[in-house]
Amino acid sequence: MSVKLSTRQVGDVSVVDVAGRITLGEGSSALRDLMREMVGKGQKKILLNLGDVSYIDSSGIGELVSGFTTVTNSGGEMKLLNLNKRVKDLLQITKLYTVFDVHEDEAGAIRAFA
Amino acid sequence: MRENKHHVPETVERLLDSTLESVESAEELALSVAQRAGFDDDDLMKIGMAVRESMVNAVVHGNRYSEHKKVRFSVTHNGERYTIRIADEGDGFDFNTLPDPLAPENLMRTSGRGIFLIRSFMDEFEMRRREPSGTEVTLVKYMVSK
Repeated sequence: MSVKLSTRQVGDVSVVDVAGRITLGEGSSALRDLMREMVGKGQKKILLNLGDVSYIDSSGIGELVSGFTTVTNSGGEMKLLNLNKRVKDLLQITKLYTVFDVHEDEAGAIRAFA
Repeated sequence: MRENKHHVPETVERLLDSTLESVESAEELALSVAQRAGFDDDDLMKIGMAVRESMVNAVVHGNRYSEHKKVRFSVTHNGERYTIRIADEGDGFDFNTLPDPLAPENLMRTSGRGIFLIRSFMDEFEMRRREPSGTEVTLVKYMVSK
């Protein structure tokens, strides 16, 4: 299964539910395109729910970094929600876990946006 | 890591096109052999990712998706060592110029983590130049608990 992305609005926060594989090719480019589209539409508060991500490779990690930079440079905020153990381990060994604002419950993540 | 009790030595070799489909098939092949060798889920995840990153390097950065260039892939285990070799036909690169992805100045780069992840997930990792061209990487996972 490649990546599946669906978006929903919770107040002024755009939540992206990500499922499947974020890997080089379709998976990472779909996420990149969506993030750019959201920023282009002026959405400043983006929460990536990675709870159903089964696999992420270095290209996928690069897309998370790229998305974070794109949103931040536009004056917005991007946070991560529901990391499974594998994604969490990957972000920890690449020293990115502390770069991202990571949350385990959606309500708390929504409240954490300024 | 696994207990070495019932292994049956096995070798699989393939000559693959320089496509992303080959990345998928190499990962599947490596994982099927690793499963038969008895690795647990945690090691299977590490092996799968190391193979994927190595294949992406060969297909994308080595052969640059050329339809005229192939990737030679082999996976073998002998009860003690599970070994993968991946060789491309690209121009090669200077192994000493790889930036450290954990350095503060590189942390927010969008690429450059593949080889770091391979080193993190495998017990041995070696890169060498091939003649007349190309790069071969060898990945090893130990099979016997120490």
